[in-house]
Amino acid sequence: MKKLMIGNAAVAQGAYEAGVRVVASYPGTPSTEITENIVKYDEIYAEWSPNEKVAAEVAIGASIGGARAMSCMKHVGLNVMADPVFTVSYTGVNGGLVFCVADDPGMHSSQNEQDSRHYAAAAKIAMLEPSDSAECKEFIKIAFDMSEKFDTPMFLRLSTRVSHSQSLVEIGKRENDKLKDYEKNPGKYVMMPGNAIKRHVVVEERMAKLCEFAEVTDLNKVEMNSKKIGVITAGISYMYAKEALGDKVSYLKLGMIYPMPEKLILDFCSQMDEVYVIEELDPIIEHHCKSIGAKVKGKECFTLLGEYNPTMIRKAVLGEEMPPCAELEEEIPARPPIMCAGCPHRGTFYVLKKLGLVVSGDIGCYTLGALPPLASIDTTICMGASVSAALGLAKARGKEFNKKLVSVIGDSTFMHSGVTGLIDIVYNKGNNTVIILDNSITGMTGHQNNPTTGKTIRGEDTKQVDLFALCKAVGIEHVVIADPFDVDKFEKIVKEEVEREEPSVIIAQRPCALLKSVKYSGHCTIGDSCKKCKKCLKLGCPAISFDGSQVKIDITQCNGCGLCLNVCPFGAITKEA
Amino acid sequence: MNIMIVGVGGQGTLLASRILGNAVINEGFDVKVSEVHGMSQRGGSVVTYVKYSDKVYSPIIGKGEADIILAFEMLEAYRAMPFLKKGGKMIANTQNINPMPVITGAAEYPKDIESKIAEKVDLFAIDALGMAAKAGNIKAVNVVLIGVLAKSTDISYENWIKVIKESVPEKFLDINLKAFEYGYKGE
Repeated sequence: MKKLMIGNAAVAQGAYEAGVRVVASYPGTPSTEITENIVKYDEIYAEWSPNEKVAAEVAIGASIGGARAMSCMKHVGLNVMADPVFTVSYTGVNGGLVFCVADDPGMHSSQNEQDSRHYAAAAKIAMLEPSDSAECKEFIKIAFDMSEKFDTPMFLRLSTRVSHSQSLVEIGKRENDKLKDYEKNPGKYVMMPGNAIKRHVVVEERMAKLCEFAEVTDLNKVEMNSKKIGVITAGISYMYAKEALGDKVSYLKLGMIYPMPEKLILDFCSQMDEVYVIEELDPIIEHHCKSIGAKVKGKECFTLLGEYNPTMIRKAVLGEEMPPCAELEEEIPARPPIMCAGCPHRGTFYVLKKLGLVVSGDIGCYTLGALPPLASIDTTICMGASVSAALGLAKARGKEFNKKLVSVIGDSTFMHSGVTGLIDIVYNKGNNTVIILDNSITGMTGHQNNPTTGKTIRGEDTKQVDLFALCKAVGIEHVVIADPFDVDKFEKIVKEEVEREEPSVIIAQRPCALLKSVKYSGHCTIGDSCKKCKKCLKLGCPAISFDGSQVKIDITQCNGCGLCLNVCPFGAITKEA
Repeated sequence: MNIMIVGVGGQGTLLASRILGNAVINEGFDVKVSEVHGMSQRGGSVVTYVKYSDKVYSPIIGKGEADIILAFEMLEAYRAMPFLKKGGKMIANTQNINPMPVITGAAEYPKDIESKIAEKVDLFAIDALGMAAKAGNIKAVNVVLIGVLAKSTDISYENWIKVIKESVPEKFLDINLKAFEYGYKGE
């Protein structure tokens, strides 16, 4: 049976068929749906871990314990889990172990455009890269087999367009799900210098075998057409090249992108008049080709930035222009992403903006608090940095600056890596104020449970991390729970806490408006007593706008959350059922 | 056949593209559907591509390559216009949703978009929101538009109905089937 599946769902299906028994991940676009789809298979233990490092370690433990195991993350998540990954490269595996990493060329939903292929060489871990959903399923199965055959962890590299494009996948049966025996083997699994020195030798021997394998595997395919132009490519770029160039050129498609073959590439290049390397982001295949003496063209023809497309490839290789089209003759307003109607963060940022505070921000829906009209966030670096970077800001600029400074971090992000920063503040005598935006869910990635929600990935009840008690336990004396929609009270609390010459935490508690349990109803309307002061417009609510003469609420956008009622000084806004 | 579905995050474009994708495979075509997840979904411009033929490689559609654009909102129709192939067809919901730069007063919602689009390309504008309301729920606007689109494809009527039944939760099925009919009949 063939099914239309996004690449991520196909990876999950392939992992299921490959007999994976344990999957641990932290959500991150564009990787999230792999683990979400794993939940559909009852035979597999799945979890959302507090962060990617923990997830990788859970998967590593499961592999040592004899199970096929997997951990999935976005590119920046791989940075978080890099520490265990580099060492598990030395230990090797027992049950097959695969790390699926999804890059985001074009930064649809990311803070940088890093190319995770660098990690394969750095950690000496083989990496496969599929081009569509069918290959996602096929390659993850091969990755598990290779992992056990070569005694190595494996990378499966995805990108946004592969992860989130649907194409046809043949559904198969589950196999290989036997738990292997566990045997104590400290020489292999205790990485202290005496053992690790010996394991490094094993790693280099393994690399040599993988290099030989790269020459012969079917993962790397030659499609011979005209010998005038050859194209070496991988992943989604292969699909763009095929559409753009069709049968006019020959292809060397690399399904295994680390280690890469030498003889195969040199042989392919020797038959062509000219060869283009087509790869999004960094010139990794290109540099490999050049390092082995192959004459190829790469980044002198193609950009280092963003996503590719067939049109640009057609132009670069064949010199063909794009088809004629009806161009716009005026500049039109952009439509940047915004916080949803009813978003609890809107109340928080309204107050922070009003108070003119410096806001150390973090990663989540609330990063949108950097955009007008709320425009309050000053910095966003990575998960958890809101807390620790604010300590640095305060240490650099002193007491008075700290009285104008807050951190904002979501509940899931706080669990991920915010709590360590908070411990730093307590330990190193910081006086920072941290606002935990507790919306009861991991929002941006599409509603995943986390340790503060009291539910597991399968929606089962579990112990709930008590944020209040946790902050108290690490040594924060002043912890306040407040409702960000009660704007007057919330403002008073923020003012008090930033003034305080002690560290403090405000837990801004109100659930995400998109949660099924949140039942806002009706909609708000603006009455005749509106004085057009436009305070409500400062909320940046998608439902409220000013048409030049009147402030209006669009009832197709309003969900009746009622926040605007709390900021209107004239009581002009009312709620209708 | 290259079909682009454009709209504003939250309007239900993702479901529309999935219904279309599944209707297409039932007809025996190779198909690719490219979706948008994550931050860009939050009330921003969203674009999904549905491509089908005997063999599809790239999941994305470039400028001047779309046979049909199905637009859930007027400004998004206008923004997507350059992607339409010469002789292609634009189907657009007449609804206007103000983007944040318009709400904050930093930009103006372009005037007379409908006539500006109609001047350049073959436009079929329709009040899908009104029809969805008539069907019983404004959220069914996506299925109304699928109904309009259905008329412009060679996918069979029965096939559309089958896929809608598979894609929509039971309790909303009646509303969605009505919404599809309104769109299909164009009234």
